[in-house]
Amino acid sequence: MSAFTAVYWKEVRENLRDRRTLVNALITGPLLGPVMFIMLMNVMVNRELAKSDRPISVPVIGADVAPNLVAALKGAGIDAAPAMPDPENAVREQRADIVLRISPEYAQAWSKGQAVQVELIYDSSRRDASTPVARVRSVVESYGKREGAMRLIARGLSPTTAWPVQVADRDQATSQSRSALMFSFLPYFFVLTVFLGGMYLAIDLTAGERERQSLEPLFVNPVARWKILAGKLAAICTFSLVSLLLSVAAFATAPLFIPVEKLGIALDLGLRFGSQVVLLMLPLIVLLAALQSLVSAFAKSYREAQTYLSILMIIPVLPSALLSVIPVRAEPWMYAVPLLGQNLGIVQLLRGDGVPGWQLGLCLAGGFAAAVLAVWGTALLYRSERLAISG
Amino acid sequence: MIEVKDLHKAFGAVRAVNGVSFTARDGEITGLLGPNGAGKTTTLRMLYTLMTPDSGQVLVDGVDAAVDPLAVRRQLGVLPDARGLYKRLTATENIDYFGRLHDMEPGLLRQRREALIDALEMRDIATRRTEGFSQGQRVKTAIARALVHDPRNVLLDEPTNGLDVMATRAMRRFMRQLKDEGRCVLFSSHIMQEVAALCDRIVVIAHGRVVADEAPSALLAQTGETSLEDAFVKIIGTDEGLAA
Repeated sequence: MSAFTAVYWKEVRENLRDRRTLVNALITGPLLGPVMFIMLMNVMVNRELAKSDRPISVPVIGADVAPNLVAALKGAGIDAAPAMPDPENAVREQRADIVLRISPEYAQAWSKGQAVQVELIYDSSRRDASTPVARVRSVVESYGKREGAMRLIARGLSPTTAWPVQVADRDQATSQSRSALMFSFLPYFFVLTVFLGGMYLAIDLTAGERERQSLEPLFVNPVARWKILAGKLAAICTFSLVSLLLSVAAFATAPLFIPVEKLGIALDLGLRFGSQVVLLMLPLIVLLAALQSLVSAFAKSYREAQTYLSILMIIPVLPSALLSVIPVRAEPWMYAVPLLGQNLGIVQLLRGDGVPGWQLGLCLAGGFAAAVLAVWGTALLYRSERLAISG
Repeated sequence: MIEVKDLHKAFGAVRAVNGVSFTARDGEITGLLGPNGAGKTTTLRMLYTLMTPDSGQVLVDGVDAAVDPLAVRRQLGVLPDARGLYKRLTATENIDYFGRLHDMEPGLLRQRREALIDALEMRDIATRRTEGFSQGQRVKTAIARALVHDPRNVLLDEPTNGLDVMATRAMRRFMRQLKDEGRCVLFSSHIMQEVAALCDRIVVIAHGRVVADEAPSALLAQTGETSLEDAFVKIIGTDEGLAA
């Protein structure tokens, strides 16, 4: 045990003296997530708020033939801008979010009581245009509905004749679950923090030691190699755990910087959330430390290890990216898959649903099983003759 | 005492060590002389159990390295070919780290460390971080950490490599001191003068084999030459890779 502690304390002490490792473990890693999160959220919130409140102006072709419709639009804060030639191109080239085209036969058809066409020209692949499009569409549709009802009443019919089915929205989303939808990328930040927190240490303790030719003298000591590895892994885990704790603490302050109340969502990133996140992430800390050491041990130099690890860094993104593109219903087995389980668990915590004991158990069991495998693999590699030879 | 019996080691098709046997006795300095690439470093690496021989046996104070490598390493002090120090630690911290890995009791560790710092004349650099150390300062620190556990057997891989004249002389003095303390000192070198000046026994290695294992005077007699340099060249068959 004394060899283990000797290695552990030496690595911790040596790396506390390295500015690059410290900056990564204590500043970049933990703060990158919260800062990006706060900035993104503020930009998003402000854009959404600006669009729904502020009057917008929409080019209208044939405004003169439908003065009543234009007046209705104006009443809803949509000003008719002068018509523009070739509206399809204007939308494609992003000169306008949406263009309204009223057919020239509008006035004639209207007076005959026939249906008339109003075209909305927009590009549904442009997400930033979706708010103005939805506003214009809802104003035009409700105007049409209102006028239709008036016509029915004029003919002595009840408006319900035309709309036998009424849709009433009963949205079950809580303000917390709505926020979870927006924050589904949050788990990735925690994984990234753990990754960055331990990365430079993992490189330094294997590839770095090889490059500096200090691994051979170290292995000459009468200590089994697995004990040396255990001390090194413990040091890496310590740094990534500290990183994670700092990150969770920084996230806890995030609601102070985001105008959550304007969005009508609740954001609870407090102590309960934080402690559960740390618990869920524990197996990942060990798993990533072992994987990073394993990959670094293959590299001949510090730089080579850095290259390999930046490729490895892509892997933890996959579950988060996958889940946001293809939203799947969580099946029980998914909780046992490392990374995926953590992802699901943290999103559930954000939704305020909590993580039941069996899910937590699966998450920890699956994660630690993978971690044990990774540690075992690294230990096997550590036994190889080739590892110690620097030349 | 170190006994080496018929060691073989191949890397792919290259037979780096091809039947090396010799004995290094306590209270003697044994020199492993050979041109670059002769298999000296590989032989030493098998001695300190970093590499496993394909065949053959290594005994250190009677303990078989294949049976109990940890016990063998406990009885060895090794200055490997790789001298890497931890540059963010001071010389003292570097030495202490290895002492702790040997599970030394703190009081004894401090006492041994201070004695070595004096013997190696490195008091002035003891509390400095090793980053920016000269080659000589690095070798001194590496030797101090290798010997902190007071081993009976000392293996030094090209100990004077890269040292200037003053440092080389100090190193030779230190090796004689180790011998006078009754230790078994085995070192490798490709420098003939050094081996001639220090050794009680010379093991000449070429192409992975032992080509001579004699006292310096016996080598002269055997080859019929008057200078050691001529004797070495005659034994090895070429002067390639040797330095005078």
